[in-house]
Amino acid sequence: MSADDRKIILRTEALTKHYGGVHALEAADFILRDGEHVAIVGDNGAGKSTFVRQITGVEQPTSGKIFFDGQEVSFKNPIEARDHGIETVFQNLALADDLDVPSNLFLGREETYFNLGPFSILNERSMTQKAVGALQTTGVKIPDVKNKIRNMSGGQRQCVAISRAATFASKLIIMDEPTAALGVQETAQVENIIRGLKKRGIPLILISHNLRQVLDLVDKVWVWRRGRIVGAVDRDKTDGNEIVSLITGVKSGIDGEAAFV
Amino acid sequence: MAEAATATGTAGAPDKSRRQRPAEFNVFIGLILIALVFEVLGWIFQGQSFLFNFQRLSIMVLQVSIVGIIAVGVTQVIITGGIDLSSGSLVGATAMIAMSLAQVSTHERAVFPALTDLPVIIPVAAGLICGLAAGLVNGALIAYTKIPPFIATLGMMVTARGFSKWYTKGQPISFPTEGFASIGAGMNPVLIFIIVAALFTLILRFTVYGRRTYAIGSNEQAARVSGINVEHHLMLVYAIAGGLAALAGIVLAARGLTAQAGAGVMYELDAIAMAVIGGTSLSGGRGSIIGTTLGMLIFGVIISGFTFLRLDAYYQEMIKGAIIVIAVVLDVYRQRMRGRS
Repeated sequence: MSADDRKIILRTEALTKHYGGVHALEAADFILRDGEHVAIVGDNGAGKSTFVRQITGVEQPTSGKIFFDGQEVSFKNPIEARDHGIETVFQNLALADDLDVPSNLFLGREETYFNLGPFSILNERSMTQKAVGALQTTGVKIPDVKNKIRNMSGGQRQCVAISRAATFASKLIIMDEPTAALGVQETAQVENIIRGLKKRGIPLILISHNLRQVLDLVDKVWVWRRGRIVGAVDRDKTDGNEIVSLITGVKSGIDGEAAFV
Repeated sequence: MAEAATATGTAGAPDKSRRQRPAEFNVFIGLILIALVFEVLGWIFQGQSFLFNFQRLSIMVLQVSIVGIIAVGVTQVIITGGIDLSSGSLVGATAMIAMSLAQVSTHERAVFPALTDLPVIIPVAAGLICGLAAGLVNGALIAYTKIPPFIATLGMMVTARGFSKWYTKGQPISFPTEGFASIGAGMNPVLIFIIVAALFTLILRFTVYGRRTYAIGSNEQAARVSGINVEHHLMLVYAIAGGLAALAGIVLAARGLTAQAGAGVMYELDAIAMAVIGGTSLSGGRGSIIGTTLGMLIFGVIISGFTFLRLDAYYQEMIKGAIIVIAVVLDVYRQRMRGRS
């Protein structure tokens, strides 16, 4: 398959995370190629979010290796991961409710006129202009970008969070349940944004409970169960039933029919 | 996958995008109303105007401006979602330290007989450095040990008060140099307050520091994952609060020409109250120095209003307490109205 010739963006080797006696993540071998959109599915506590926390530097793995863009990495914090071009849309949105859209987009990487350390003067005009541009690129319409996040709807908030990730991600976007709290219409908008990212060739890891959405959006589905990867199936060669069997443990992707990679 | 990739914003969402009236506006209306009540009562009971009396207004502002300087720092702490109970005690401790280095040589029982008649910069710098250091300790405790700000600053409050008493074994320190005394002379405390308030209004509005202060109070987790070094930032905010408490201590000592271990008792609560009355939310993320200044003026109007009406000073405290509770209730109510926590 030609997809396998593409450059490997992210690879983990026996990635493991224990919280005391809880084995949240066990020997995960994961591969993501350039331009690929993959989903991570699994029941609650299957280790999906734990996996994301390890590869984004929010937590440090107990053991195992992470290779990103051709070299081994161990991110000490999310900033390092971000500096490598990984952007994450967290489940809890990670927006500051009392700030406006440009401030949120540039939170932690504010543009300034000149460097006075923490007392550097913000270049609001540039940040606002770029924020408007970023929203346009991602296809998000926010009537007033100077409005505070607090006054926005759930869909608008999610769109802002995704725009932020899409604007700054050069190599990989990770989304943890981006539509979990959204209505039908808002979900459709977020899905459209994700399709736009696919067109732009930005790799994506999507964590979702929504199998319809997963099969609709991604190329490959990685199934997790009790902290382990139990299968990776191509979207074209599978259906909802097979994925559900993998999630629930009725079937194992390694021994069964699923096209395990 | 080949569908048109054009999202069209969030149609169908209710129009929540309208900007809200700034909280300071309501505080300003409150200030005007309270002042008008005293104006009316003044004509009824005293037969004269309350507001149109320049001397009364200057004394009114002078009375609250020293606590106002503290409140500027406390406001920033509260915006981060924290609290600072140590500022009143830091006023006492830094007043003692500064005064002990500001004494004249002609005074027979100077605290440091070898260190008298020093240039004014030395006591001022010593006081400020001690305040900044104490604030830094507060910030470090809160940021790294994760103990609640209430407890960390409560510890500093008791420790700093103990230090003030130990420093001269309870003796007051007096006889400052003329240079030091001039810091608190005339309307200088008000001038210092205005400079401090203006400076931090600009800093909170236009700098990275300000934006991140609001971000941390708004959603600390978001600030963290956005790459803000929350620990360093909190240390900076608490250090600034400590430094401003020290500045207030210096001004207080210079104005009173004396420093005593009991100086600044309860100032921390007045400062917190000014911030809260001024619309700073105790849950963090919201507030401004302009609001706190208005809160300070409300305090001033109430104090001088009661004096003007020749009412018992005990009523003042009771009314002050009631106003603080009302302000917090209004804050909680405002948040509930927003529908989100």
